[in-house]
Amino acid sequence: MKVPRLSALLTIAFCASLALAASETRLDQVPPKDHARMNPLAGKPEAVAAGALLYKDHCAQCHQADAVGDGKKKPSLKTDRVRTATDGDLEWFLRQGDRSHGMPSWSSLPEARRWQIIAYLRSIQ
Amino acid sequence: MHFRAFPAFFLLLLCFCFVPGRTVSAQEKPYFITYSQDLEEPGNLEIETKTALAHPDGGNHYGAMAMEFEYGARAWWTTELYLDGQATANESAIFTGFRWENRFRPLMSEHWINPVLYVEYENITGADKNMLEVVGHDGASDLAEPNDEARQNHEHEGELKLILSSNLKSWNISENFIAEKNLGHEPWEFGYAVGASRPLRTLSSGRECVYCLDKFFAGVEAYGGLGDTWDLTLHETSHYIAPLLGWQLPRGMRLSFSPGFGVTSTSLGRVYRAGVAFEVPQVGSWFRSGKGGAR
Repeated sequence: MKVPRLSALLTIAFCASLALAASETRLDQVPPKDHARMNPLAGKPEAVAAGALLYKDHCAQCHQADAVGDGKKKPSLKTDRVRTATDGDLEWFLRQGDRSHGMPSWSSLPEARRWQIIAYLRSIQ
Repeated sequence: MHFRAFPAFFLLLLCFCFVPGRTVSAQEKPYFITYSQDLEEPGNLEIETKTALAHPDGGNHYGAMAMEFEYGARAWWTTELYLDGQATANESAIFTGFRWENRFRPLMSEHWINPVLYVEYENITGADKNMLEVVGHDGASDLAEPNDEARQNHEHEGELKLILSSNLKSWNISENFIAEKNLGHEPWEFGYAVGASRPLRTLSSGRECVYCLDKFFAGVEAYGGLGDTWDLTLHETSHYIAPLLGWQLPRGMRLSFSPGFGVTSTSLGRVYRAGVAFEVPQVGSWFRSGKGGAR
């Protein structure tokens, strides 16, 4: 009976680790160095205006023009998790994406444009 | 079948240019031969024509066009269908075959160097002149062969590429290593493509403008053959260097242009390339939601 008990324990451990991993969002994985970064364009109205255009071009197709998502797979960007994230968290997330959940990486955008998008996202919270 | 390909291609392109709904502008690089780490955004469809114009020694002027349908199946997987054709002066305009390619991102995070795996199947004739890659001992003489003879040669080929690509500051630097195999009794052929590009202005202007510098990309790519398993040398291989210019237009349109210059005696002297791309967002949702239109 030892073998079935061991396999049951392993199964429980595996499921628990999966549940733990699932509860950790992508934003929880930001390295400390990136977490501490500040938006060099924060508070600049021209950055917000440019970010609005970039958002329309690249983000609105999934997250909707008003950034509330579709209520299903494409999430709202007006949430506490986004509000409490640092600028560095958001820049890291845009750069890395979350491919396993359908979010592409935006590393192809120059870093300055990612900061412009973040300036816009801050303005609509 | 003597298929008059070009009117059909242009008709298709026009149809998609008037697709209703929102459009998006992807940050695609202006490369013609080199692939970067960029994949199509999930659910989006990009339709692009790539045209190559050249005049091989001993042959006639030609214009070859590949029409590309690129779909973002997943954030880590892009699949593409190419329809190829060409028109040669004093000869004919013919459909030369199709290619089906898939690109996969094996790593889910961004790194200094990002690998992409590329797998392609080609069913084309020897009359294909698009030169979407140069491998083995490909040369200008292959492109001078008359259409009536070259189209008798049917090629079923498999192609693998290892794409390595980095975004450093505002630059993209990409390297492609190519291995191609005719599924008949032919050797493996090898080739390479490398490219670098960047936008002319990194900050977005914040205006709905057409001629702002941030809408333009510039770069350069180099590509060529590296021999085959029967003759793994650079002897009689073709190599090209090609400056690039890309222009992001409103409504999801993108233009690109590149004059390429052959650097060996086996290469074409010059080849001019032009591309027109149009991106349609969230095509998949048209079918899923049943409401029509992109969300």
